[in-house]
Amino acid sequence: MGKTIAEKIFDAHLMDEPFGDVSVLKLDRVFCHEITTPTAIKDLVSRGKDRVFDPDKIKAVIDHVTPAKDSKTAMQGKILRDWAHRHGIKDFFDIGRNGVCHAIFPEKGFVRPGFTIIMGDSHTCTHGAFGAFAAGVGTTDLEVGILKGVCAFKKPETYKIEVVGTLSPGVYAKDIILKIIQEITVNGATNMVIEFCGSVVAQMNMDQRMTLANMAVEAGATSGICLPDMTTVDYLWPFIKDEYASKDAALKSFCVFCSDPDAIYVKTKIIDVSDLEPMVTFGYKPDNVKPVSQLTGTKVDQVYIGSCTNGRFEDLQIAAQVLEGQTISDHVRGVVSPATPAVFSQAMEQGILKIFMDAGFCVTNPTCGACLGMSNGVLAKGEVAAATTNRNFNGRMGKGGMVHLMSPATAAASAITGAITNSTLYHSKC
Amino acid sequence: MKEFKGKVLFLDRSDINTDEIIPAKYLTEIEKMAMKAHLLEDLKLDGFDVKKDIEGKAVIVTRENFGCGSSREHAPWALEMNGINLVIAPGFARIFRQNMFNCGMMALELAPEQIDLLFSEFAGDQAEIIADIDASSIFIRSEKSKATIEFQISDFDKTLIQTGGWVEYADNHY
Repeated sequence: MGKTIAEKIFDAHLMDEPFGDVSVLKLDRVFCHEITTPTAIKDLVSRGKDRVFDPDKIKAVIDHVTPAKDSKTAMQGKILRDWAHRHGIKDFFDIGRNGVCHAIFPEKGFVRPGFTIIMGDSHTCTHGAFGAFAAGVGTTDLEVGILKGVCAFKKPETYKIEVVGTLSPGVYAKDIILKIIQEITVNGATNMVIEFCGSVVAQMNMDQRMTLANMAVEAGATSGICLPDMTTVDYLWPFIKDEYASKDAALKSFCVFCSDPDAIYVKTKIIDVSDLEPMVTFGYKPDNVKPVSQLTGTKVDQVYIGSCTNGRFEDLQIAAQVLEGQTISDHVRGVVSPATPAVFSQAMEQGILKIFMDAGFCVTNPTCGACLGMSNGVLAKGEVAAATTNRNFNGRMGKGGMVHLMSPATAAASAITGAITNSTLYHSKC
Repeated sequence: MKEFKGKVLFLDRSDINTDEIIPAKYLTEIEKMAMKAHLLEDLKLDGFDVKKDIEGKAVIVTRENFGCGSSREHAPWALEMNGINLVIAPGFARIFRQNMFNCGMMALELAPEQIDLLFSEFAGDQAEIIADIDASSIFIRSEKSKATIEFQISDFDKTLIQTGGWVEYADNHY
């Protein structure tokens, strides 16, 4: 009987099956940030267990509120910083070198196909874009991960979602994942791993696959996985070139984890994106999704481009294509947050930040910031945001605020008109 | 082992997310007790009064996919600090559910029709629930009605409840 990629990763990392249906897995990576890790550190210290399983497998970043906005966030940063130094965690990214966790860790080459990864952050599923089993966990699981390098999961059931067809110009991975969530609902993949495949996924670059995998959790999924292929190898090559004789050899090694043709899926779905329009959310759930054309004219007060979903270089590049030579509406505040220092640098070198600034955007340092309403662009009561982020929950970007999720192209176009609108990059094939 | 009994707070809505249970702006707090005053502060539910409805409650009965969204364990902590150790629903988001058991608390899944029964027979009537882990059953009563409902709980979840959570178990075994 064939196996899925998730099942193969589980088999390769299985340490214990203490209760039959529970698999305790050995972890390749434990990622940490300053919001959920300090409470884990504090608990480990209070239990007399202030140890780490392997300082080289733990990577840490201050990203949610940076620079610190008050003494409480300063203390969270300090606890993480002191702990990283105390335990010799070399890959710790502090201010000036820090970026949004799910953007900076892949960029540094810390993610490999077949890896098991946990982090105290629900969007950890992003790293599944590389063919890893990556799952968001709470503080206790994180704490045990830090201490023992293990985590318990139920055996993975996989939902195969095949994306086929040809995308219209101006329609992106964000539109595809919003469409998928609309169809399967916020609860459609709970306790399952989503395996994204099909010709459209095969043609995506790694940035696009990360956007896709990032929002798997919005459908309830434990992880969202794309199968490793030459695109994955090309992205990772600078980090792995000394480990493999050739790219083909690397691919062969990674593909041992790829799903077998006769693997068993608990659900399958085929989505043809040929007629897909740019999509946008309404309401307070990520499955409240409509085509942008049906929400056109909805006034917005703030446009936010950034986050672990859409703050990578290509996202900024596409938004800049829309914004070039334009100015944003008088009544709109534009905020762009490049997800990492490398993205910031590249966007600066290529004149992209200038396009944003000339258009009237505020460019912030890399941070999670406004996405979860912690800093750098919190909404006031009654305000509306057009955002490239991942959650439109009530109060998410600020109490009483409304968030519409969309692609960077749609967000940029909406900034210019001051209301939700399709970008000029979108051309329907119909 | 924590106590799993007391007055019931009925929340008649599906997909209640962890941002509603505890908004992100309180995640800068390091002490669990700081969560206490902000439980369900951003809950969008007609008729729910955050200032009155939580007081004195020890159990939540709610609908599908409770705890979806962020992985924040601050959500179970906010419940725990208010004396709520038991949430009963037809289903939970995976991370929230695991966080509950990891803290020695209980996220109890019952069939949708059993949840319907709890709402139709007991909501609004000062209902009280007592969960018996060994017998795998809950007893619910109000002035008008009472019922006993059996449930299934995995050995892993039961062990976490009985041993007080995942940290001690994992440190002893791995």
